[in-house]
Amino acid sequence: MTTVQLGMPTVASDPHGHLRGTESFPKAAHKALADTQLRRNLGHATRTIRAKRAAVVGEVDDWEELRRAGESIKADTMARLPELLVQLEEQVTARGGHVHWARDAEEANRIVVDLVRGTGADEVVKVKSMATQETGLNEALEAAGVAAFETDLAELIVQLSHDRPSHFLVPAIHRNRAEIREIFLREMPGVDPALTDEPRRLAMAARAHLRRKFLTAKVGISGVNFAVAETGTLSVVESEGNGRMCLTLPDTLITVMGVEKVVPTWSDLEVFLQLLPRSSTGERMNPYTSTWTGVTPGDGPQTFHLVLLDNGRSNVLASPDGRQALHCIRCSACLNVCPVYERTGGHAYGSIYPGPIGAVLSPQLTGISGPDDVNASLPYASSLCGACFDACPVRIDIPHLLVQQRAEAVAAHTRPTAQDLTMQAMAIAMTTPARFKFAEKALGLGRVLAGRKGRITGLPWPMSGWTNARDLPAPPQETFRQWWSRTHGDTQRSGAGPSTGEDA
Amino acid sequence: MTAREEVLARLRAAREAGKPASPVVVTREFRTTGALAPGSAEVLARLDETLTDYKATVHRVDTEAGVADAVAGVLSEARSIVVPPGLPGEWLTGYGGEVRRDGPPLAVDELDAVDAVITGAVVAIADTGTFVLASAASDQGRRAITLVPDHHVCVIRAADVVCSVPEAIARLDPSSPLTFVSGPSATSDIELDRVEGVHGPRRLDVVLVGP
Repeated sequence: MTTVQLGMPTVASDPHGHLRGTESFPKAAHKALADTQLRRNLGHATRTIRAKRAAVVGEVDDWEELRRAGESIKADTMARLPELLVQLEEQVTARGGHVHWARDAEEANRIVVDLVRGTGADEVVKVKSMATQETGLNEALEAAGVAAFETDLAELIVQLSHDRPSHFLVPAIHRNRAEIREIFLREMPGVDPALTDEPRRLAMAARAHLRRKFLTAKVGISGVNFAVAETGTLSVVESEGNGRMCLTLPDTLITVMGVEKVVPTWSDLEVFLQLLPRSSTGERMNPYTSTWTGVTPGDGPQTFHLVLLDNGRSNVLASPDGRQALHCIRCSACLNVCPVYERTGGHAYGSIYPGPIGAVLSPQLTGISGPDDVNASLPYASSLCGACFDACPVRIDIPHLLVQQRAEAVAAHTRPTAQDLTMQAMAIAMTTPARFKFAEKALGLGRVLAGRKGRITGLPWPMSGWTNARDLPAPPQETFRQWWSRTHGDTQRSGAGPSTGEDA
Repeated sequence: MTAREEVLARLRAAREAGKPASPVVVTREFRTTGALAPGSAEVLARLDETLTDYKATVHRVDTEAGVADAVAGVLSEARSIVVPPGLPGEWLTGYGGEVRRDGPPLAVDELDAVDAVITGAVVAIADTGTFVLASAASDQGRRAITLVPDHHVCVIRAADVVCSVPEAIARLDPSSPLTFVSGPSATSDIELDRVEGVHGPRRLDVVLVGP
């Protein structure tokens, strides 16, 4: 165990590589873009969900007021996060629950593994949880000889196909119904060989597969959507009833939550229970939301543990703007509207937090070790079109955070990149009109490179970075300034370029 | 130093380091009352619509005296049902099958063997097609009884129907477990399209009592 100085925020531990991929976003995206089936599946699913979301958001005439409330409640929460967590701990403990604190992923996993071992169980049922995906809890349990059964349909598909999740809400969004049928036929013990790819039949197969597990499970493991500091109440928002099964039937419940999931008061749920379902699945309300407070005699698990996880969140909180990324309620609306996500899918981002919010959250959680850190490429995985901000139910200014992180990445470079050199050259060229004129003339040389096809397809380093991915059109025969000078020669002023208004 | 002390120390330092320039003002300018009055004929009509939209089957009765007939109708094929300890006996007078009261609590396998469950609800939300079950209410009972049986019949009284989510939250006491239910169990995990019927009850009937 390394010693950490008091009060120094530290970045996430990532024992199983769930917050950082193995290659940069452009490289991974390049491969994803070549997969036409993936692009079809993603295009279909994101189109479906965008239409549903737009319809149900349109029903709410105070949507903007709700977004502003969500934004300010989260900002207020961050401003008093330590106090709220202490209050939550007091309330949960007073109601018979046990609270544990984990500095990082490894510590959280160790706590959970020890708790499971303490029950004597060798298997657990799990509700879909981003926090335990982040820590790689399933791998840690497996290493300790405990089988973890994912019970959410999409997580089950991912687990059965030995795949990685690619979306917060629908981790198997990259699979279509025919692929899911294939996975079930291949990997699900005792499945009906006559299974069709009708979604209803696939859901039935999952029900049959998990039913006995639910009814006999001794330990359930969940995440949290909202934890109310004032009352110690935890909540899980879900659709299938697998969450209810895991939260209700086992003797022991272990819940892992990122510290940012706390909200101050019970009444704050009046805001988030409106924002979350409409933004995530495009429903007025999800089928099931469960809330519980500590232990209730005669109802549900009689042993309850809550694990509070930092794992880099204090690092994010320390950034005045960056801390907005902790406001995220994991609805995934920003993924569904993002033109980049829609084409590359979630795996290209490397982290289990993909899409626009992942691009600003993952690098802050892990920190950036240097220019070669693959997470340094994530803030560039965006066209900055702004759709993510418009869709975000808590108004996280993702485009601003992306630009800011790009600036930080540039400032942190130890050696200049092609882009840096180009920008420096442009800055020199654009300082005076005379230099700019000269540079324009030099650009005319590009016509020679382009040849008769009119496109430049390969430039030498450092510009090869650009032409590797796209063609460059040949410069025009005549620049704007040359054209102006030829046609309006007598009105040109002191080399400062054309003035406006005179010819209007 | 314990993990608790260390995490709290880090968060305190980070909170100061990232402190916003001006103090946060929480704005709550959204509507806290719905467009339709609680318990009104209009709010019941809207609840009927939103429940039906998410594949619950709604049965309307004018007064509580009509509940027994409606319950008998929807449970005509159920051989056995489980009911929470305090369910009004009058609701069951038309039902001819076996009634098992969950007191003392039934084992999970016993719950799995009954065909249906019938409960009341503490509040319903017309805007979203939701009703809420409170573990502490004697006509709703512990959570497992509305989870394991495959068919849930819920009786909702007009007085408990509100229009909006904020109105419902204000009426609820979170100190005992609550379950918000909006339609039968469903999933959107295959191609982001909603299909009904996964792990929770696959059939949901609502008996709506009122104008």
